[in-house]
Amino acid sequence: MTRRADPDKFTVTKEALLPGLLFAMLVRWCVAAYPYSGYKTPPMYGDYEAQRHWQEITVHTPKVKWYHNTTQNDLQYWGLDYPPLTAYHSLLMGLVADWLDPESVRLFASRGYENDFHKTFMRWTVFLSDIYFYFTVALCICMDAERVLGKEARDKSVFKRTDIATTLFLLYPGIILIDHGHFQYNCVSLGLFLWATFFIIAIENDTLATIFFVFALNYKQMELYHALPFFFYLLRKCFIGMPLGRGKFVHFVRSLNKLAIAVVSTFVIVWYPFLNGWDNVFQVLNRLFPLNRGIFEDKVSNVWCMVNVFIKLKTIYTNQEMAKTCLLITAMAAGPACVDLFFRISKKKFVPCLINVSLAFFLFSFQVHEKSILLVAIPVALHLPEDPFMCFWFLLVSNFSMLPLLVKDGLFIPFIATNLIYTSFYSICLRLSQPNSGYFSIFNANRVAKILQPNKKDSSPLLSFLSLIFFFSIIGMILLTIGTVFVEPPPQYPDIFPLLVSAYSCAHFLFFFFYFYYQQFSLPMCLPAVTKVKRK
Amino acid sequence: MIPQIVVIVTTIKLLFIPLYHSTDFEVHRNWLAITHNLTLDKWYYDETSEWTLDYPPLFAWLEFVMSFIAKYFDPKMLYLTNLNYKSEMTILFQRLSVIVLDFVYINSVKNLSTYVGNGKLLVFILLVTSPGLLMIDHIHFQYNGFLYGLFLHSISHVIRSNNLTAAFWFAVLLNLKHIFLYVAPVYLVFMFRAYCFTISSVDGVHTPWYSFSFTNLFKMGFTVLSVVGLSFGPFIQHLPQILSRLFPFKRGLCHAYWAPNFWALYTFVDKVLLHLAIKFGIQAKKTEASMTGGLVQEYEHAILPTITPTVTFVLTFVTMVPALIKLWYLCADRRYRVMSFVRCLVVCAGCSFLFGWHVHEKAILLILIPLSFLSVLGDVDGKQFLILTTVGNYSLFPLLYPKNLLCIKIFMLLTHVAIAFVNIPTLYEPAKVKGGRRVRVLRLPLLKQTESLYLYILIFMCVYENSLHILWGFDKTLPFLPLMMTSVYCSFGVIYVWIKFYHYFLTFNVSQVPTLCSVNLAQKYKKTT
Repeated sequence: MTRRADPDKFTVTKEALLPGLLFAMLVRWCVAAYPYSGYKTPPMYGDYEAQRHWQEITVHTPKVKWYHNTTQNDLQYWGLDYPPLTAYHSLLMGLVADWLDPESVRLFASRGYENDFHKTFMRWTVFLSDIYFYFTVALCICMDAERVLGKEARDKSVFKRTDIATTLFLLYPGIILIDHGHFQYNCVSLGLFLWATFFIIAIENDTLATIFFVFALNYKQMELYHALPFFFYLLRKCFIGMPLGRGKFVHFVRSLNKLAIAVVSTFVIVWYPFLNGWDNVFQVLNRLFPLNRGIFEDKVSNVWCMVNVFIKLKTIYTNQEMAKTCLLITAMAAGPACVDLFFRISKKKFVPCLINVSLAFFLFSFQVHEKSILLVAIPVALHLPEDPFMCFWFLLVSNFSMLPLLVKDGLFIPFIATNLIYTSFYSICLRLSQPNSGYFSIFNANRVAKILQPNKKDSSPLLSFLSLIFFFSIIGMILLTIGTVFVEPPPQYPDIFPLLVSAYSCAHFLFFFFYFYYQQFSLPMCLPAVTKVKRK
Repeated sequence: MIPQIVVIVTTIKLLFIPLYHSTDFEVHRNWLAITHNLTLDKWYYDETSEWTLDYPPLFAWLEFVMSFIAKYFDPKMLYLTNLNYKSEMTILFQRLSVIVLDFVYINSVKNLSTYVGNGKLLVFILLVTSPGLLMIDHIHFQYNGFLYGLFLHSISHVIRSNNLTAAFWFAVLLNLKHIFLYVAPVYLVFMFRAYCFTISSVDGVHTPWYSFSFTNLFKMGFTVLSVVGLSFGPFIQHLPQILSRLFPFKRGLCHAYWAPNFWALYTFVDKVLLHLAIKFGIQAKKTEASMTGGLVQEYEHAILPTITPTVTFVLTFVTMVPALIKLWYLCADRRYRVMSFVRCLVVCAGCSFLFGWHVHEKAILLILIPLSFLSVLGDVDGKQFLILTTVGNYSLFPLLYPKNLLCIKIFMLLTHVAIAFVNIPTLYEPAKVKGGRRVRVLRLPLLKQTESLYLYILIFMCVYENSLHILWGFDKTLPFLPLMMTSVYCSFGVIYVWIKFYHYFLTFNVSQVPTLCSVNLAQKYKKTT
């Protein structure tokens, strides 16, 4: 592990840190007061019921039966379809629930169990998971980003001040709305993923990064969206620091072995209860990757959903064929970013590569959920200090793409409110670095660019053009939001507004896909520092 | 940065729209219906609902005006007999009316903050994010934001030496909600000394009687009386009825749950003595009287002498007098007149809060809001504010009893307190000397060890009340224990702050003023004079 900056120079800017953190928590609780998905809608309810049901199953059935259809475990009713770590997490919460309110996890009898106390309990579980996995890592990443800046540069970029960056990161509405409103535990998988990222971009401890990424993967299989950059980056790093002459191969094998052992042993530990036979493992895998579910659910802002408007994919192709096509196209879309990361490695490229690969997966892969945009949005939020204008724009669009889902859950007010808060806080950030900017400076790309390069005097026409597009993009989003909520759709097209929202966001995502590709390719190659430098 | 903060605070208010609201919601809906449907002479007689109109006439006029907008949201809410009517549009309209009227408050705060030299933005944030106001107005449901907006507006006119305008707005305020009568003596003394005497002296002792101006007295009297006349004039025949509505002495010494004041302590001691008496077999006057349950009307203390309204009034007045006399002398000096005035407002609001009859816990805002403004103007004020903002806002927690609001309350308070504790000390503490200061374990900035400890214990109180109390099964046997604990514990803090602040005010010496903050104020004077 190397320390790149002089530790003496390091002080955390903390004026707004405590209020910021507490405010982020307040916003979470305000959203948590609203209904969750499937609130009082029998017979299937929603994600809230799924999570509660998993607690019920994990507490009352033996571990090997969790993923099997048994008399006690009806897989048709919200069967467990996430990897073992989720199940363990459910077990832990289930045990607490069993202690506090046994009725809430009684086998069979508790289906559709809803009351205020239980809601508060469930909200607390999300909140504590959020603090434990997500807040901590956000703070660590932002502190490190400030630390490497050094004292001189610190005053210049407001987005790299620990307090500001952390608060802005934590106020990102998407994850607040989905976890604390809609009800899921994305903060855990994304938190673990962020820890892995933190160990790569800050600490440079590859083994720990591997272990944490395997954990993330074992919490939600959706983390596979992020797997390729980790794989290629870590593989490339095995080639670095080779001794001259003999021993090259030994060095490579040794560094690779270290990671392989970390991966395998973590997997074995996590999967230990399910390793008593291949049948069992395949059953779990079958639950995790259900190919028979179809190419997408509801309206997703990815390419297939758009194509489906004109060509009914589901009727023409079988799921198997479709899955193969998706795999091929996703590989083609994600490939160049990975190859670039591998051959022209640079630590700064890691996060853009994460964005590109996960965006490629979101746009082109099989069985995409609208909530999967969070997997793209979190790396973008990480990238925000480097490129505030575009990242902020992307994050707004990512929230907007989830609008139909949130409106269905009764989360319209929180959607508007959290976005307004986020925008206002972003505007405060601009104001802090440039005292003469007003509320609507967020629309001015030139002004935002000046935060990063204060010496730049003239404004570039390209940025002015981008500002204009951004402005109209926002107007479009506002109009579509009004349409979704207040306008009665024509009877022959009941789904017109969700579809328009998807199409609008999809067009944006394609644009951002090219933009971030361009960003990644324009970064120069820079070998990461070799670990264990011997100084003489 | 002000627009951004306003947007953030307003959005937080928007988030509260569908949450719990108290019976005050129905109270105000009923008033909308009364003023809309009935003729003027029946406003104060209607008893269709148990929530009769008991605010002064100007507030009734305000409801009258609002009812015409309400019509467009949902005309059914204006039916007199539609008791407890809450359609979605009714809720939306009522909540929005509070949020919109709150802009009066925000505007006054903005104007007021421009008179502060150091910490303009801080005082703005502190006042706008006041958790007490957010809780009472936007969850519990009342219109305090608007009223305190006018109050601060009046204070900002005092700062600019526009005494007539200030008096006008204060008179308007009195006719909107008569709770502000508590601080009226301060206005009276200040206006008399600062406006009716045209010559000011610097030494602060000598009163130039010869400079008494009858013209000014007349102007002042005319302004105030014309406002009162306009407000009460149309109701002249019904005056006794209105007064009986405004000042209902049938109610008890303490409100449904005790406000953290002197009487909470008094009643608590009485309870303890009663228990002791029963234990030792001494015959008490009365053996059982539940004070904390629901709508308590009158209550007799068991061991200690029972308090009558007269006692509370005498006590309130007696405690106010020294502060008012001190204000008379401090007002002589033009430069420090305003600061003393605001400080005296805090002291007198404290007196009436601690010793008044049937004090609502919400009245703590009357102390807190002027004190928030002072918090950036002097280190003693800042220090007392830090304690009182924590304790005072905490004491409002039981007002919002639903369990799902718990975390919202806690984090709202913590955010506000964090802003205060992080930023206020930076105004007063000298720049850090490297390695010069000892590390003080868990000591809050600006506060003493014991004061910090007092505030830390609040955390344990909060944990006990919300989990341990139920977990240990005391909620069946002692259901009112948490409420009593909160009131009694908080009353210690409030009384402590009041005594400290009173002492500070009485010993305030113009020649030793910390001028750190008043520079800007002094400059303002130069401009105006």
